[in-house]
Amino acid sequence: MKEITLNDIECGHAARVIYVKGQGSLKKRMLDMGMVPDVLVSVVRKAPMGDPIELNLKGYNLSLRQKEAETIVVQEQ
Amino acid sequence: MTGKIRVALIGNPNVGKTSIFNAITGLRQHVGNWPGVTVEKKTGKATHKGTELEITDLPGTYSLAAFSKDEIIARDYIIDESPDVVVQVVDATNLERNLYLTTQLMELGPKLVIALNMSDVVQAKGDKIEISKLEDLLEVPVIRTVGSQGEGITSLLEAIVSVANKPKRYDLELTYGKEIEDKIVELQKELQQDKELVAKYPSRWFSIKLLEGDDNIQEKLALSSVADAIRKKLETMDIERLESQIADKRYRNISTVVSQVCNFSKRKMTSSEMIDRVVTHKVLSIPVFLTMLWAAFEITFSFATPFMNIIDLGFGWLAGSIASTIAIPWLSSLIADGVIAGVGSVLIFLPNIMLLFFMLALLEDSGYMARAAFIMDKPMSKIGLHGKSFIPMLMGFGCNVPAIMATRTIEDKRDRLVTILIAPFSSCGARLPVYVLLAGAFFGKSAGSVIFALYALGIIVAILSAKLLRGTVLSGEASPFIMELPPYRLPTLKNSFMQMWERGLIYLRKAGGIILVGVVTVWLLAAIPAPGTGGTFASEDMYGTTDSLIGYLGKVLDPLVSPLGFDWRIAVALIFGFVAKEIVVGSMGTLYGAGEDEDRLSDILTAGAMSPLAALGLMVFTLLYVPCIACVGVIKRETGSWKWTVFQAVYGTGIAWLFALIIFQVGSRVGFLT
Repeated sequence: MKEITLNDIECGHAARVIYVKGQGSLKKRMLDMGMVPDVLVSVVRKAPMGDPIELNLKGYNLSLRQKEAETIVVQEQ
Repeated sequence: MTGKIRVALIGNPNVGKTSIFNAITGLRQHVGNWPGVTVEKKTGKATHKGTELEITDLPGTYSLAAFSKDEIIARDYIIDESPDVVVQVVDATNLERNLYLTTQLMELGPKLVIALNMSDVVQAKGDKIEISKLEDLLEVPVIRTVGSQGEGITSLLEAIVSVANKPKRYDLELTYGKEIEDKIVELQKELQQDKELVAKYPSRWFSIKLLEGDDNIQEKLALSSVADAIRKKLETMDIERLESQIADKRYRNISTVVSQVCNFSKRKMTSSEMIDRVVTHKVLSIPVFLTMLWAAFEITFSFATPFMNIIDLGFGWLAGSIASTIAIPWLSSLIADGVIAGVGSVLIFLPNIMLLFFMLALLEDSGYMARAAFIMDKPMSKIGLHGKSFIPMLMGFGCNVPAIMATRTIEDKRDRLVTILIAPFSSCGARLPVYVLLAGAFFGKSAGSVIFALYALGIIVAILSAKLLRGTVLSGEASPFIMELPPYRLPTLKNSFMQMWERGLIYLRKAGGIILVGVVTVWLLAAIPAPGTGGTFASEDMYGTTDSLIGYLGKVLDPLVSPLGFDWRIAVALIFGFVAKEIVVGSMGTLYGAGEDEDRLSDILTAGAMSPLAALGLMVFTLLYVPCIACVGVIKRETGSWKWTVFQAVYGTGIAWLFALIIFQVGSRVGFLT
């Protein structure tokens, strides 16, 4: 079965984080910003030109590019 | 405790740390640099009931990992300078993520006080945070503040003084569960062998950072006698998994705390969300964006005009009256045409610069700047840059110097370097007087459109240059885009005024002296007779003519600039424009014998001293060629490389020459503007 990542989630939908792929500073920053297992992340909108996307987690809004969202493995709610 | 208390202020970005800092220190602030790096360092003083406090504002950070320069600065300051008290400003509306930094601070071990800021917003939402319970759970004093209103500042100072007088506590850390705790103890044991290391760094904190795979800590470890033993131990551990687990544990601990102290009402759609529906809307966002920028510029420039006129008139009058009271001709000329004209040309831009920074502060504090980066990221990433690069480029329209300094929000080194190299193509406020003079003199009613086109040209050149650099010497993977979109907030006038005031002072300090020296140097060069002419120093019939030293210098450069339609005077004015771009106008005034009277200068120029095509070329040249000396200095400091500094200067000047050449040569052949 193919893993679902955050970029697969449509606007207005939410997903639960399973884990963050990759390593190094990108992963560390993701963890620091609260992308830890079991956190509920909702996809708020896409930027006018389709990328980046705006997310809501832990009561605040974060934006990531589609490419970064691909590193976050999730389970759709 | 006697003597002054040293306080460090820390917090996530966008939590109102600056407003707390301003509320504590008022105007008793000093802006400098962190040693060795060029990140801005703000310090300030305050007195509370006779106790002197010295406050250092640390860079805004989400974490104390070694992800960016700012984080390393903050963390090293706490370790190396060991401030008496660290105050973390926490955004009460965003408790969970803010407390993440708190957990890291607790591990680092300074005496801690939390300023629970924006508490009014929480209340307005109908939410409740039980402060006393939060204090109990964290075992740290928590003070309710509303920085923008100055609320809670006295209590905060009270808490700082009281904590400073209490003994330090060591039992504030959270626990990570058996597996990780065992590993921490194992590493700690090994670290204890190196007495020097554990005297400097808390061994528990050091061990946790090692388990998190922190590069900067690895570097610190490398100098230790136990480095090899520690590395061997680490090799047996799965750092990647531990790193995730540690972050997870921290957030789990925080969730436990937050669930006990917060009482959130049912979520309604916030006003922030409503605003975002419009400003980040698929269709509406771009016109809204352009309107915001246009309004910011319109206000900056139209509000500044009356102030500029007053300064202009004032200095004109001063020069005139002083010149008439001094009988010695050369001295009178030095003071009127050199010194007073010089001071005048420094001050004339102050209104523009201050207003622009006022507007930028409003955009920044309101939260709109982050949306601008969000909207602009896609096109910026097309030229290989980050949405965040847009902000320094935008600030560049005020002054390139702070713009280049603002690039430090960009984490990726290459992105940052490209942004620094192209930032000078954002047409800064100091170039505007050159456009105003020339476009006003030669293009009359279309002057506005010509100036607009120059700004647009700067942007186009910047974009093409970025693409070129990204495709050649600075190629590589694009850096990640991880940016918070803070809720919209009503910016406070106080903070915007403080920002404006601070930037105004920096401009005067940074540019004032240089510009003054530049103008007096021009006067001297124009007053000293050229070799072999035998003229008298500063005599009226020789001043600024081909018989002066400056004329001699211009003649040497003439073959280079004549294909552009410029004469020797322009060559000289451009050389001195390197000192500061606005000097181009001042020295043209001196060289054409108009003094600082710009109307007389326009008359002289349009009466045949210059063709409209050459004027257009000169504006383009001024836009693109080597930025001012202050800017070059900042490029050197920020890139840390003479190679890139020289590259920028040569590249810019080359393009400027090419563009001016094309304009003049092609223009005169097709009969454009003649």
